[in-house]
Amino acid sequence: MNGIVLAIVSVTVIGLICAVVLAIASKVMAVPVNEKESQIRECLPGANCGACGYAGCDGYAAALASGEETKTTKCIPGSDSTAAQIAAVLGVEAEDVVEQVAVIHCKGDCDVTRDKMNYQGIDSCKAANLFYGGTGSCAYGCLGIGDCVKVCPQDAICIEKGIAHIDVRKCIGCGLCAKACPKHLITVEDDTITCQVTCSNHDKGALTRKVCTHGCIGCQKCVKNCPVEAISMDNNLAKIDYSKCIHCGTCDDLCPTGCIMEADFRGAWNKAE
Amino acid sequence: MSFKALIVILLSGVLVNNYVLRQFLGICPFLGVSKELKNATGMSIAVIFVMLLATAVTWPIQTFLLTPNGLDYLQTVVFILVIAALVQLVEIVLKKYIPALYRALGVYLPLITTNCAVLGVTIANIDKSYTFVEALFNALGSGLGFFLAMVLFAGVRGQIESSDPPESFKGLPITLVAAAILSLSFFGFNGVVENLFG
Repeated sequence: MNGIVLAIVSVTVIGLICAVVLAIASKVMAVPVNEKESQIRECLPGANCGACGYAGCDGYAAALASGEETKTTKCIPGSDSTAAQIAAVLGVEAEDVVEQVAVIHCKGDCDVTRDKMNYQGIDSCKAANLFYGGTGSCAYGCLGIGDCVKVCPQDAICIEKGIAHIDVRKCIGCGLCAKACPKHLITVEDDTITCQVTCSNHDKGALTRKVCTHGCIGCQKCVKNCPVEAISMDNNLAKIDYSKCIHCGTCDDLCPTGCIMEADFRGAWNKAE
Repeated sequence: MSFKALIVILLSGVLVNNYVLRQFLGICPFLGVSKELKNATGMSIAVIFVMLLATAVTWPIQTFLLTPNGLDYLQTVVFILVIAALVQLVEIVLKKYIPALYRALGVYLPLITTNCAVLGVTIANIDKSYTFVEALFNALGSGLGFFLAMVLFAGVRGQIESSDPPESFKGLPITLVAAAILSLSFFGFNGVVENLFG
């Protein structure tokens, strides 16, 4: 009997001492948490994508709460509703977010271009790119191994016919794929754009023609015919200045290789909703 | 208790009786946190710290409280209780003073609470009837052994990352095979320390 009492008492006393020490420690060394910060953090989607320019959602919430950051619209994945919630927490007026989407500037799938080797190395675009510029006969095109697929937090990218495709309804415009692509084929644009150049080949027309029937051959038809001079030639490749574009669709109609394509991201967004 | 005896305890803790690679205790963090060298070092330092602290607290409890009162059977319960409280304390301290390390360790710090390597060290100290100083050296040696295993394995895993194993070996299987080979190599230390200090 005595043994049991002693056992119970000693375990209880040890437990109590531990509890008291922990209680004191948690009081003395409590880390002050800004209430606003945790509220803002609740509003954010928590994908930690870094599109806001901060190290994850925690970083953005901390910057907003401390007043370092005043723009509530930087969370692109969260879009308008998140911006409105953050604005409500901070007590400022809500602004609209322009949704963004990732655009892949290559449509050189297996129908229009060829592989120049049978690559069996490390399973990553970055590694393949280091090996003679990758598998494709076009040195600028999509390698199709899918570094972008691996980093996409929304599973919005898939590999079809040997190149990456973005499902714009799932894309949140975080730009992680743009950073992962070793060929720099992906850019993040406002989803209001209506045309896109789906080629990144800077070679002269004849060379481009040899490796891909879809590529930009630098004919300058679009440059000459654009009513607002929004298209320029950047080293044998058409480049659209979206700040000038009036969405007339002339370039899309005229392009002989079909490399300038119509884009309807807004439509995709609306459909999703 | 000579200085030589302490060195023998320390070295056998690191090499011969390496907790991870010879006694297969504390495998969870060994596989979980060894992906990056930075996290591996952080985790190992936390383990060394907790092992030392746990030994410093559990040895007196066993010697002055449990054994004299015939309560040896409470050893496991009391030790787990004390170690859990200690880990909580370490967590609070880290959160306050080294938040970067706190975030890096993440879920693995609470895992030290039930890490069998820590409990194993404290119980081994009692089983081998070490004195207090010997027990501390054993804890330090075991902690350093854990550190060595983690750092070595982080390097091995770095190499595995950039290799191209067969499909069925990708990921955990090749990691476990590598761990087994590393463990096998540590069996080569059998008897080295004893013969070195004869």
